[in-house]
Amino acid sequence: MSTHKDRNTTVSDARAATGPQTTVTAAPPRRAGGEANKTNTASRLSAESVTLAYDGRVITENLSVAVPDNSFTVIVGPNACGKSTLLRALSRMLKPAAGAVLLDGAAIGSYPAKKVARTLGLLPQSSVAPDGITVADLVARGRYPHQGLLRQWSPEDERIVAESMAATGVAALADRYVDELSGGQRQRVWIAMALAQRTPLLLLDEPTTYLDIQHQIEVLDLCAELHETQGRTLVAVLHDLNHAARYATHLIALRDGRVVAEGPPAEVVTAELVERVFGLRCQVIDDPQTGTPLVVPAARRPRTAAEAGATGSPAAAARPAGPPSA
Amino acid sequence: MKHARTLRTRGGLSVRLDTRATLVVLLLAAAALAASVALIGTGDYPMSSADVVRTLTGGGTPAQDFVVHDLRLPRVLVGLLAGTALGLAGAVFQSVSRNPLGSPDVIGLGQGSTAGALLVIVLFQGDPAAVAAGSVAGGVLSGAAIYALAWKKGVQGNRFVLVGIAMAAILTAVIGYLLTKANLTDAARATVWMVGSLAGRDWEQVGPLAVACALLVPLVLGHGRALRMLETGDDAAYALGVPVERTRLVTVAAAVLLTAAATAAAGPIAFVALAAPQLARRLTRAPGPNLVAAACTGAALLVTADWVSQQLFGADRLPVGALTGMLGGCYLLWLLYTERRAGRI
Repeated sequence: MSTHKDRNTTVSDARAATGPQTTVTAAPPRRAGGEANKTNTASRLSAESVTLAYDGRVITENLSVAVPDNSFTVIVGPNACGKSTLLRALSRMLKPAAGAVLLDGAAIGSYPAKKVARTLGLLPQSSVAPDGITVADLVARGRYPHQGLLRQWSPEDERIVAESMAATGVAALADRYVDELSGGQRQRVWIAMALAQRTPLLLLDEPTTYLDIQHQIEVLDLCAELHETQGRTLVAVLHDLNHAARYATHLIALRDGRVVAEGPPAEVVTAELVERVFGLRCQVIDDPQTGTPLVVPAARRPRTAAEAGATGSPAAAARPAGPPSA
Repeated sequence: MKHARTLRTRGGLSVRLDTRATLVVLLLAAAALAASVALIGTGDYPMSSADVVRTLTGGGTPAQDFVVHDLRLPRVLVGLLAGTALGLAGAVFQSVSRNPLGSPDVIGLGQGSTAGALLVIVLFQGDPAAVAAGSVAGGVLSGAAIYALAWKKGVQGNRFVLVGIAMAAILTAVIGYLLTKANLTDAARATVWMVGSLAGRDWEQVGPLAVACALLVPLVLGHGRALRMLETGDDAAYALGVPVERTRLVTVAAAVLLTAAATAAAGPIAFVALAAPQLARRLTRAPGPNLVAAACTGAALLVTADWVSQQLFGADRLPVGALTGMLGGCYLLWLLYTERRAGRI
């Protein structure tokens, strides 16, 4: 199915006539990601008209999303827009109240748990390192879906664990205890564990949360590298729109449980979209490093100027409403 | 597993063993057997270890044969089996609740069994078999109630422990009420039962406990790898293909039954289930629930405690439950102190 047909029209129609602007929409040639997405419409993982709810509280209704194969898909949106919920549904943690999540054409819940775990990996937000476990042991647990009671540790397991630690740069830490590591190192260990699972699809739920900026970039660079060199399909939920625009090959923007726009960041990320999705006035410029879109929030307007326009003025109404905070 | 050994066959089968943990398990098993031999030799008719071993292998005099097989072997077997069951159950509860306090003593299973047993003693003046049945029913019912009350989109660790503590408080009140309603004979009988003892156990107690262990111990050990995976968090375990809720339900149900069976045979022996997994963990220094090591520690602990109490206080003066209770209480204080310093509670 073609998922991103006419994707831009939805975005531009809404605000096309509105006006003034700080926008830089004309996109000069950008990263190659867009091209890959256009030619590739196949999708092993998709959500078909799903309704997702926690305890009867509906987060999203009739949502359809397809993850293009071999893409680095990033889901963005303000807090409480349903992005983590969508990722939980895609990773079968949350069973849709209606609709279905399809993996290779069949409902994901219809496969045995271990079989799914050999196809689709997840780096959850909340993982607990068991007390007194070493890096190598934790990474080795990623091999669980490939093992059995009498097939506990094959030479292949050993090789893949070593490769996963090397790919994430934690091989030197193999005998260290996980509790002793820094936040950035620990996140790389968790990613190594997910890699050891050897799944063609890998889902990451806010992999950069709680990390310092250098570790955030480190983790995202690692993801981009995995995507490029190993040909895996990655799906990540990210908080930072600029990170999303820089690293994604396919972007899905959600607001209030609906897809507002999707496609390559170069086509999707515009000032109008950012205002629609996040309620933030901004300017979108080219990232001087990568040429990808870079969102620069608008400068604070002096309060007096805004209020001088009189009470209840359009200027006041147009002030960005901050994203609903959790 | 800093020092893991892998055993592989040509057919592609492989088993991974932690060298230190394997050694610890073998030593603990040896210690449990040594304590058992010593315990069989202890009593009004003392026997040397050599005599005990000779009698066990069929070479004793008729008198020795009677003392060993009819009087003392059942006691030791109940001790070994109950210790194994409690150690294993404790390891399961602590792993599932991710909390060293998640133990049958703390979460009200012991109290549930006691309330069941007392109900039979006080209201029906039941025989020992009925009392045992009552204690099993009480333990299973309280276990089911705790699981159901703690269940909210899956069982959460701290919730499980807190619900259990509340349950323990309620059941303690029930026990107190039953004791006040009892006449003097029943109250005395109930009090003896409540301490937990290995004295006077015979083959009638060994049979059901052995059957329970034969069925449930392999079941729990078979889920050991999945249980170990649960320690990384439900989401991570689920992502790796572990049937999270089923693993938890099966292992907790088995642990409740093991505790109930052990309690029915020996009374509510305090703190073995709390201490054994923690001791095992410190001995093996391996991550994970350490199921086999915890079971062996439980068996060694209980039989050794029984032997020590007989050595120190004379034959059957002090029930083993009182000794494990005292030791366990000190251990619990230490645990609370260190956990608090580590900022975990």
